[in-house]
Amino acid sequence: MYMRPILILAFLVVTGGFFGSAIADDGIPRFFVPPPPFSEGIFPCSQCHEGMPANHERRELSFHSEIDESFNHAKEQRWCLDCHNANDRDKLRSVSGQLITFEESYFLCGQCHGTIFRDWKAGVHGKRTGEWNGKRTYRLCVHCHNPHSPRFKPLKPLPPPLKPNEIQHRKLNDDEIPLNPIGDIR
Amino acid sequence: MEMNNKRKNCRPRKISRRGFIQGTALGLASLAIPVGSADASVWEAFFQKHFREMNDDEKKAVIKRMEKEYSERYGRDLTIKTTNAEPGVLFGYGLDLSRCIGCRRCVYACVRENNQSRDPQIHWISVLEFEKGEKWINDLEGSDKYYNPDEVPEDGFFYMPVQCQQCENPPCVRACPTQATWKEPDGIVVIDYNWCIGCRYCMAACPYGARRFNWGHPRIARSELNTETHYLGNRPRSVGVVEKCTFCIQRTRGENGRYPACVEICPVGARKFGNLLDPDSEIRYIIENKRVFRLKEDLNTFPKFYYFFAT
Ligand code: HEC
Ligand code: HEC
Ligand code: HEC
Ligand code: HEC
Repeated sequence: MYMRPILILAFLVVTGGFFGSAIADDGIPRFFVPPPPFSEGIFPCSQCHEGMPANHERRELSFHSEIDESFNHAKEQRWCLDCHNANDRDKLRSVSGQLITFEESYFLCGQCHGTIFRDWKAGVHGKRTGEWNGKRTYRLCVHCHNPHSPRFKPLKPLPPPLKPNEIQHRKLNDDEIPLNPIGDIR
Repeated sequence: MEMNNKRKNCRPRKISRRGFIQGTALGLASLAIPVGSADASVWEAFFQKHFREMNDDEKKAVIKRMEKEYSERYGRDLTIKTTNAEPGVLFGYGLDLSRCIGCRRCVYACVRENNQSRDPQIHWISVLEFEKGEKWINDLEGSDKYYNPDEVPEDGFFYMPVQCQQCENPPCVRACPTQATWKEPDGIVVIDYNWCIGCRYCMAACPYGARRFNWGHPRIARSELNTETHYLGNRPRSVGVVEKCTFCIQRTRGENGRYPACVEICPVGARKFGNLLDPDSEIRYIIENKRVFRLKEDLNTFPKFYYFFAT
């Protein structure tokens, strides 16, 4: 179960303002994260999987085929239901059989990537936004890594700076204004 | 060039701007203030006290005058904060070179947040590309900042963004003849654009090439102006003054201090920020647990900008 805001507030008070995370009733800290980056309409999974028998067999899928095709995450050793819970598809499942919500998928990743998870909790791997001295939000591992093919995808860089000889120092047009009033006296 | 007369008159001596003006005779003032435009507020601006010598009331008066002037010019309401450094805070920055992919998202987020001139172009952050295995740490010359492939990272290269290193022992501050730039108690090196005379000695003194000069009139589209500003940070600048990174002083200072814009935009999470005096901060975790280094350590500038390798 993940916490509703009111509970989070209560924990914050109890823990004396442990920013960015809160200790849940099981004694494990939980982190403030944005919603999981699901494709539109896919969640809850139970809208289809409710009553559908789970199929543990490794096979070509007729549905979710893009996941099956791009799947590249220790794929020799692993298949869908090593991470997804067979009976209640709205949850993930740890190696030891514990159910994990999608809001806390970092617990799933953390089982196998312990060092990175430790860095993530300290704010070093991954990213935090918000207040450096107050309330902040973490990114889930899956905001940056597709869980099915986790290598970080390359990006198109933004334009390089202009070279000195490309920068023009044209005169101010009539309708343009210098940024600083002091500019007038220079 | 407009700034030439000022540059000529610049002396590498430690004197206040007022003394400086008197020393060079009133001729300078009459030269610099065009006849006709010398209304009261221009004169007030010209004879404004040094920011650190102003009391709260004086600051308020200056801010009020400036906000009014800026707002009239832009047709947009602009706030100028003067938030002071918090006691017990010394800002530190971390940049993970094992993650940075050179995508330049930080460069443009900084431009937007800090009202850098779009034309002529000013960037406070330069991202340098190095060939792997090159001897590079102290020789930034061997790098390329104009790389432009379809995708980054490029095989065989790594990336190092450089901006103001917020030195504890800043050579730029010592070089300034008018004390227009100084180090604040929270470690941020700031510039008072009203005191900067554009001599650019600070730029020559900076070993990191982190300062930028407004050679031309800075230009920003009215709609793109960030109206949340700090006096010592992203408030609009003018031609002939120097500027640089201030750790986003307008965001990071105060009770609900936010992360700098470059930290928040970074898609790989390579940029870290926090209080060096707080043993639980992420920056302290990095210094204590990762391989860290600072640029040109042998110069004893003691940057508060830590490059590190998470892996
Ligand atoms: C390493 C653990 C892991 C494995 C193995 C795995 N998944 Fe996932 N999967 C996840 C996690 C975590 C998410 C949640 C991503 C998010 O929060 O958006 C997810 C999300 C999904 C989604 C929703 C995707 C979307 O578009 O939003 C589907 C469908 C899915 N998985 C199907 C599969 C199938 C089919 C397989 C087998 C081919 C599989 N998964 C294997 C961890 C895994
Ligand atoms: C629109 C209906 C639909 C939704 C929504 C849906 N699935 Fe499925 N899913 C299917 C179908 C149909 C199959 C069987 C495909 C096959 O056997 O070829 C399947 C198969 C799977 C499998 C392969 C293992 C198995 O039991 O067959 C996994 C894992 C899976 N889905 C996970 C998810 C997850 C996780 C979500 C929610 C994030 C989700 N699905 C949402 C229709 C859906
Ligand atoms: C059951 C163990 C296990 C779990 C759970 C797991 N991983 Fe992995 N992961 C591995 C192994 C083994 C590798 C290395 C093999 C490979 O790259 O396929 C790996 C590789 C990776 C890589 C490096 C990929 C590359 O090509 O560089 C990333 C990133 C990653 N995992 C992220 C995640 C994320 C995010 C999650 C949670 C959604 C997760 N892992 C959950 C076992 C796991
Ligand atoms: C802000 C984005 C971001 C977040 C959030 C994030 N990572 Fe990463 N991660 C990266 C980048 C960038 C790399 C380096 C490129 C790569 O190897 O894919 C990386 C690398 C990795 C690797 C490869 C090993 C290594 O050290 O290079 C693993 C494993 C990994 N991450 C796991 C995780 C896990 C587990 C989480 C959540 C606890 C997580 N990541 C959260 C961006 C992120």
